[in-house]
Amino acid sequence: MSDRAVVYARIIELIEPLNLKKVPLAEATSFAGDLEMDSLTVMDLVASMEDEWDIVMPLNLLPDLETIGQVADAVTKLVHK
Amino acid sequence: MSDLFSKFDALIAEREGLLATGVRDPFAIVMQEVKSPTLAVIDGRDTILLGTYNYMGMTFDPDVIAAGEEALRKFGAGTTGSRVLNGTYQGHKECEDALKDFYGMEHAMVFSTGYQANLGMVSTLAGKGDFIILDADSHASIYDGCYLGNADIVRFKHNSAEDLEKRLRRLPPEAGKLVILEGVYSMLGDIAPLKELVAIAKAHGAMVLVDEAHGMGFFGEHGRGVYEAAGVADDVDFVVGTFSKSVGTVGGFCVSNHPKFEILRLVCRPYTFTASLPPAVVACAATSIRKLMHAQDKRARLWDMSRKLHGGLVARGFRLATATPESAIVSVLMPDQETTVRMWQALLELGVYVNMSRPPATPAGVFLLRCSLCAEHSAEQLETVLERFATAGAVTGLFRQAAE
Repeated sequence: MSDRAVVYARIIELIEPLNLKKVPLAEATSFAGDLEMDSLTVMDLVASMEDEWDIVMPLNLLPDLETIGQVADAVTKLVHK
Repeated sequence: MSDLFSKFDALIAEREGLLATGVRDPFAIVMQEVKSPTLAVIDGRDTILLGTYNYMGMTFDPDVIAAGEEALRKFGAGTTGSRVLNGTYQGHKECEDALKDFYGMEHAMVFSTGYQANLGMVSTLAGKGDFIILDADSHASIYDGCYLGNADIVRFKHNSAEDLEKRLRRLPPEAGKLVILEGVYSMLGDIAPLKELVAIAKAHGAMVLVDEAHGMGFFGEHGRGVYEAAGVADDVDFVVGTFSKSVGTVGGFCVSNHPKFEILRLVCRPYTFTASLPPAVVACAATSIRKLMHAQDKRARLWDMSRKLHGGLVARGFRLATATPESAIVSVLMPDQETTVRMWQALLELGVYVNMSRPPATPAGVFLLRCSLCAEHSAEQLETVLERFATAGAVTGLFRQAAE
């Protein structure tokens, strides 16, 4: 698997416990729209991803990260930084 | 054409659903008359105020009132101008002098509200390429300050020294860093372990800002706040506070010993681009601040009341947000929104006003009835409050529900 595929798979695992409505998770699934996550849940998810990969994901990046695919791209980039 | 208000539909529906159960709107209270710092008339009924943050009871202090009346007559109803143009009167300087004396610091800047003080300091201090590291439970004004500025924002787990350390370690050592903490967190009424948190921030080369909105007046030897009580005054770069709690009027401020502090008056937009406080307000604030320097008796009384309210509620079976009384805020944990509103309304009908708090203002999705004490509450009022809590709990079936 590519680095991005590994990151993507792990992000899905991190989201699953928060996916209370069991929405099918895919690249285009959005946090606010599809998963109906509030901002506090999203910020907690960011913290768990920061700890998972030992990276810094500033909260000001969040408005540009609407879907799981976009987050996977951002994390992959931060891991290689 | 799409209606710009459609994004609020879910909230509108939730409120309508709640009000349809017959409860009154907890966010639309009108005080028809205010008789003292602890008593107001609501719905024609004398009501004990137990949710006003009027910790030191300064709102009706005779010296404070007299100073305000004199300034109103001598300087007029308002300044009609920015602090940096025509809006700085003698009273504004005297108010800043009172703050410098109260905090023992070189510089003080008075803003028009506490919200604007945080908005201004947070957005201006940390710029592009700098990092703001803030507690997850920070007040909305701190988050909004982050979004007004251009810094990168990193959030750490509430009051966790370990989590703060982990997040600071990941940041580039050369980058500018501002760690933002609060002395007292107003939702649960818990205090921050400032000794540990400030030491970690300093070890990583960060500047430290502490918001003492709910700590001013009764923590520390001089009532400066939790940071004073924790013995970390020398390591705190900026203290932000408000006049709308212990001081008893309205306004916000920042005090600091930073040698370049005064430049902020020209670069801090929420300071520059708004009208200054009215003369009566700064006169009230200055008088109140000077009196708070010598308010040891009130401080002792407030702590005594806090212990009595906390202990009394625990004894009557209520679940509280902190195991011991940590501040003058005592928060009662509630099971859900409907019970919270029914309990809040029962208390109001019995003549006790407390704050109702719900997510997202509260952390971790909890519902709260928040009580804040005033040094002017009488022992009889406190006893009455405890009795009425017990009655309201019985009427609403709170304990039956908790036992199930």
